[in-house]
Amino acid sequence: MSQLLVMQDITKTFPGVKALDGVGIEVAEGEIHAICGENGAGKSTLMNILSGVYPHGTYTGSVVFEGKECEFRTIKDSEHRGIVIIHQELALISYLTIAENVFLGNEVVTHGVIDWDQAELRAGELLKRVGLNKSPSGYVRDLSVGEQQLVEIAKALSKKVKLLILDEPTAALNELESTNLLSLLLQLKKEGITCVLISHKLKEIELVADKITILRDGATIETLDKAVDGVSQDRIIRGMVGRDIFDVYPKRVSNPGEMMLEVKNWNVFDPQIEDRQILFDMHLTVRRGEVLGLAGLMGAGRTEFAMSLFGRSFGKRVQGDVWKEGKRIDVSTVPKAIAHGIAYATEDRKGSGLILIDTIQNNITLANLRSMSKNGVLDEDVEHLSAEDKRVLLGIKCPNVYQKVVNLSGGNQQKVVLGKWIQISPDVLILDEPTRGIDVGAKYEIYSIINRLAAEGKSIILISSEMPELLGMADRIAVVNQGRIVGEFDRKDATQEGIMHCIMNSMGGTRP
Amino acid sequence: MNLLKDAFKGNIRQYAMVFALLFIVVMFQILTNGVLLLPQNVTNLIQQNSYILILGMGMLICIVAGAFDMSVGSVAAFVGATSAVFAINLQLDTYSSVGLALAIGVAVGAMQGYFIAYVKVPAFIVTLAGMLVFRGLTQVVLAGRTLAPFPEDYKIVSTGFLPDYFGGTDLHLTTLLIGLLVSLVVVTLQTLKRRKKRKLGMAVPPRILFLLQVVAVISVLNVFTYWLALYKGMPTVLVLLFVMYVFYDFLTTKTVLGRHIYAMGGNEKAARLSGVSTNRVLFFAFVNMGLLAAIAGIVFTGRLDAATPKAGTGFELDAIAAAYIGGASSSGGIGTILGVIIGGLVMGVLNNGMSIMGVNVDWQLAIKGTVLLVAVVFDVYSKSKTKAG
Repeated sequence: MSQLLVMQDITKTFPGVKALDGVGIEVAEGEIHAICGENGAGKSTLMNILSGVYPHGTYTGSVVFEGKECEFRTIKDSEHRGIVIIHQELALISYLTIAENVFLGNEVVTHGVIDWDQAELRAGELLKRVGLNKSPSGYVRDLSVGEQQLVEIAKALSKKVKLLILDEPTAALNELESTNLLSLLLQLKKEGITCVLISHKLKEIELVADKITILRDGATIETLDKAVDGVSQDRIIRGMVGRDIFDVYPKRVSNPGEMMLEVKNWNVFDPQIEDRQILFDMHLTVRRGEVLGLAGLMGAGRTEFAMSLFGRSFGKRVQGDVWKEGKRIDVSTVPKAIAHGIAYATEDRKGSGLILIDTIQNNITLANLRSMSKNGVLDEDVEHLSAEDKRVLLGIKCPNVYQKVVNLSGGNQQKVVLGKWIQISPDVLILDEPTRGIDVGAKYEIYSIINRLAAEGKSIILISSEMPELLGMADRIAVVNQGRIVGEFDRKDATQEGIMHCIMNSMGGTRP
Repeated sequence: MNLLKDAFKGNIRQYAMVFALLFIVVMFQILTNGVLLLPQNVTNLIQQNSYILILGMGMLICIVAGAFDMSVGSVAAFVGATSAVFAINLQLDTYSSVGLALAIGVAVGAMQGYFIAYVKVPAFIVTLAGMLVFRGLTQVVLAGRTLAPFPEDYKIVSTGFLPDYFGGTDLHLTTLLIGLLVSLVVVTLQTLKRRKKRKLGMAVPPRILFLLQVVAVISVLNVFTYWLALYKGMPTVLVLLFVMYVFYDFLTTKTVLGRHIYAMGGNEKAARLSGVSTNRVLFFAFVNMGLLAAIAGIVFTGRLDAATPKAGTGFELDAIAAAYIGGASSSGGIGTILGVIIGGLVMGVLNNGMSIMGVNVDWQLAIKGTVLLVAVVFDVYSKSKTKAG
């Protein structure tokens, strides 16, 4: 078989982070090629380069498709050559019909006028090919997620796809839908369509993939050939996590005290889709001075848990009890949660953590203005001193606290977020991906801050997609998958393999 | 020169606005052959355009919070009409009719604010509906006719002057004294502020620049009061405006509520996750807007000495334009009360200058629209510049 796609020495840097470092991958014609790796290993970045989301020139390295060098500037360029990517978040427009969606941006026209009869006819054929038994004139909003996935594939087929890239296609599907999708991929393979599959579900990969490329920390680790190496889940996991944990985590004597926070029977439903449950009977405890890590894949429900706990900032029909220091507390709104000493530092620093156009001082004091005011009038001296105090404490690098936050580096911005929450003197501090997108040095500083807070007797809930970070920082790790707690490890028993296995073993359960 | 440069850098918008205002004033001074700055016309200009400044302050708060209000012109007309019914048809005393009219304004603001903040209908739609509803209701209340004249005391706020307690003959001495008193307060406050900033270790402009600034402010202030004193003295509406300016400047810069308004406009999600009750803040912004629309309505009706079905047409655009010209950001979170005052004066000078020149009303609209566009383009441009730099 000839090589359909060769990507060589691909390097891509984002401000402050090297996402890909000399990555290479070769995909032969007519195979199903899986790409595995932890969150942040660089899978999506690589595929975004291939499909032209990151235009030529913003990365280095070469992409050769069908023997020709590619310089894609837009998604249109790559689609023109027959490369189609289907993202995890489906890109269908729910208020258009199936046929309209299938030919969106690629309309069936005669003399510039859309030929709807022809479009529906052809859409019908495509739907038959992907095994979706629906009328092309039906609306996409009436389809299930699995059916929408099939429409996406039909859309790809309409573009005369040669290389189909699927990013976590079964993440939101139930068992039956997943099986259907996988058999469709095998059928497409017979029709000569090459497929790149990104998935966390190793069972599926084991089932359908011919070759598996493993990425880790932005580098290619190895490519396994099913025919030669004989691929098992254990083998893949070893490749995914097999690295030494460097001593990047400051030492801390762990000394958990009495019970601080207990969350019982926590159930949460999707804010948009009626009756879709997101979290199921979650039960968590954290002690004084303890760092509790929450492990899980992206979309496992960790952020949803944290936000629903923090004043019901996420979800509908939030049910469950919260106990703090032996008393039941009401955390139904953000101000109430803050009043009970609970703080949540968001994963989305720029989107929902900071007011970028405002000053460092105003950001740090925002959650605690009431305590710095009398009858609603601010005491500017108190405010300034308090912000200044946090600047020194956290080592925020800036000329003064009147600088705009937008001009700070990622690490310093994160410190401002931490400063805001330390400001309210919290008892429980939930940190959601506190080191995402910041450099190693700043990471170390953040870790030191976390340790210091724990030593002061605060309870920390640390959500992180970087497994080594959890292993290095947490006293205890709870594993979350598909909205449930599926395992718990003590620091001394926790290993990456153990956690990965725990996640994988709980996979695939049908979503109710 | 570097000192000056640094001082300008951070406040380029503020200075640009002041220069734009000066430019327009000088331009019309020439174009009107010196009529614009005659004492009588300055007084006129203030009385005629006070409604823009009153509405502008309310509009600024809405815009900073990330919304805006299209209905203020109609609400002002509606409130003016109801107050006319109270004062003229029902013969109520002025306090009652003004009080009732203000209450109606607050109620209207609360109703719109409820739909915007709690039912979460976009502000544009709610206030567009309000614009139509209250224009219609104005006609209903007035039965399509003009109600006039108002009792004398109703018009004190809009067209009256402060009495002269010192019996000046050619000069209105009370006005001069007010100018001096305010100067004294300004100097004291500025000095205290500067001292505090230094104490806190903040960068302050060099002493010479500070002195220049203070001297400039004081001279402008006193020349201004002197000018007013040459005619009939201090218009009552100017006192009202000044009190409102001080109040809203304080509200936006020194209170928790003010900080919450800016936080919400800057990033609503972040504000909510920091414990800001964004609904309540937005609701307040519209209740306040209702109140200010009512005040503007009463001032405008009093000045006209008649409640007419067509009053207040286009006021919303003047107010929104004043806020944007004054440096408010269309995406929320940025803007100052001082800015909107300057923006409102730009609009006022444009209105007044073009009227003196006898520019056709249609052309006036076109020119005002262009000025607004230029101001916003400048805003967008200067923002993209700062991002790059």
